[in-house]
Amino acid sequence: MSAVPDTHRAIDAVWRIESARLIAGLARIVRDVGLAEDLAQEALVAALEQWPEAGIPDNPGAWLMATAKHRAIDGIRHEQMADRKREEIAHEMDVIHEPDLDAQADDDIGDDLLTLIFTACHPVLNTEGRIALTLRLVGSLTTPEIARAFVVPEKTMAQRIVRAKKTLKTAGVSFETPHGEERDERLASVLEVVYAIFNEGYSATAGDDWMRPALTEDALRLGRILAGLAPTEPEVHGLMALMEIQASRAKARTDADGVPILLLDQDRSRWDQLLIRRGLAALERAEDLAAGHPGPYTLQAAIAACHARAREPGDTDWDRIALLYANLATRTGSPVVELNRAVAVGMARGPEAGLELVEQLVAGGDLEGYHLLPSVRGDLLAKLGRDDEARAEFERAAAMTANQRERALLLERVAETDR
Amino acid sequence: MRFVVFRKADDFTEAGAMPSRELVTAMLAYNRRMIDTGVLLDGMGLKPSREGVRVLFDGTGTSVVDGPFTESKELVAGFSLLQTRTREEALEWLRRWPAEDAPVRLELRQVIEEGDA
Repeated sequence: MSAVPDTHRAIDAVWRIESARLIAGLARIVRDVGLAEDLAQEALVAALEQWPEAGIPDNPGAWLMATAKHRAIDGIRHEQMADRKREEIAHEMDVIHEPDLDAQADDDIGDDLLTLIFTACHPVLNTEGRIALTLRLVGSLTTPEIARAFVVPEKTMAQRIVRAKKTLKTAGVSFETPHGEERDERLASVLEVVYAIFNEGYSATAGDDWMRPALTEDALRLGRILAGLAPTEPEVHGLMALMEIQASRAKARTDADGVPILLLDQDRSRWDQLLIRRGLAALERAEDLAAGHPGPYTLQAAIAACHARAREPGDTDWDRIALLYANLATRTGSPVVELNRAVAVGMARGPEAGLELVEQLVAGGDLEGYHLLPSVRGDLLAKLGRDDEARAEFERAAAMTANQRERALLLERVAETDR
Repeated sequence: MRFVVFRKADDFTEAGAMPSRELVTAMLAYNRRMIDTGVLLDGMGLKPSREGVRVLFDGTGTSVVDGPFTESKELVAGFSLLQTRTREEALEWLRRWPAEDAPVRLELRQVIEEGDA
């Protein structure tokens, strides 16, 4: 094996590649995610001690696994074997002697990894805990990295992770992949966590630490792992498609000063065509698997795809977008989705038709206090030449938003109606 | 961050010879692992340079030169596009390139991205 200039950095890389599989494999044996992670960490410490001298082994993953298993056996032998479970575990360890990660059937490792993801996103944990644990155990991020990405003190994040692991243990969460209806619910939780990580990164702005935008890449990576592990789940591909297409616009969605640029005003030549291509392929898979009943992520991806396919804003298939929003509104019952549908209808069939839908929403009262309602209403009114009413709506919207940049944009529109 | 891995050409790839079954199997397994880990975004193998052309602009006009090209060590026989969190991680994937392909020369290059100085 060739000499590596900085072995520690190389070990760090090995850890990023191997740790999720390592923890997953160990968790299946010791049936405790927290303990599995501790064992994996001990193996990492051993690597840091030994590899700089001995060199990096040819199969570093297998080395780490073997070392972690030896630690586990030692640990069990040193403690009193009071617990029956410990005996079972010890037995299982003896059966799996001289383990070789790569020799183990890929299916088994895949199953363990999927179980690890389900466990990290378990509903007994709060959202913060799920996100932290998923990034730590599956995304192979260190605690300081996660803390930086979420702009919280390292100690806070460390406590969050410890608490999450403890919660899993006290709740007696078994290391198993859920089945049937429970699987659907649990998968929804997993997708939610991945998308939350993505959005956390996507909402980062220019001045932020680069660790924040890097979260979008982490989420994409988690999504890709998931797509490999659960290839027949339509919504996994739907989410993947949504994230890839959204990420494709990353370079175009703000100007040099970090001011957001609206979708229709973006320079489309800056959209990442590779991500669009990957997103459209994932969408096709999702739609095939959904067999006529696309879920919310697939529908959102299909909407994003309408924009991605249009070379110019004028080429956008607004009829299709309006139809997709209608479908999404039925599925989610969300008035915000309905508002988006009104925008699409306004683009497809003219401001009058859009305004009709907005008036229904106003009458419904569900979106009271939501600044985008008067903002959309004002836009449609302005298009109809009803400037006085439009100005009043923009002023109302500006007073409602807490976001400085959005307020500035809205006040600009107020000024426009005065011209 | 993204990296391109160039698999440099050699006499074997320039001759357009088919890789052995062992190499194909190993390569597929290697790529599979990178896909499963969410690292491999794209990649492809290229036909020998005898099927390629070079287009040269000298400021006054263009000239087209048909392959093959002689400096085979500098030619590319294939490439992969990886997305990793660190440079070291990309390097670690390169270290795992299938031994069945040896002797082989690989080159790792980082992709210029938004925010790079």
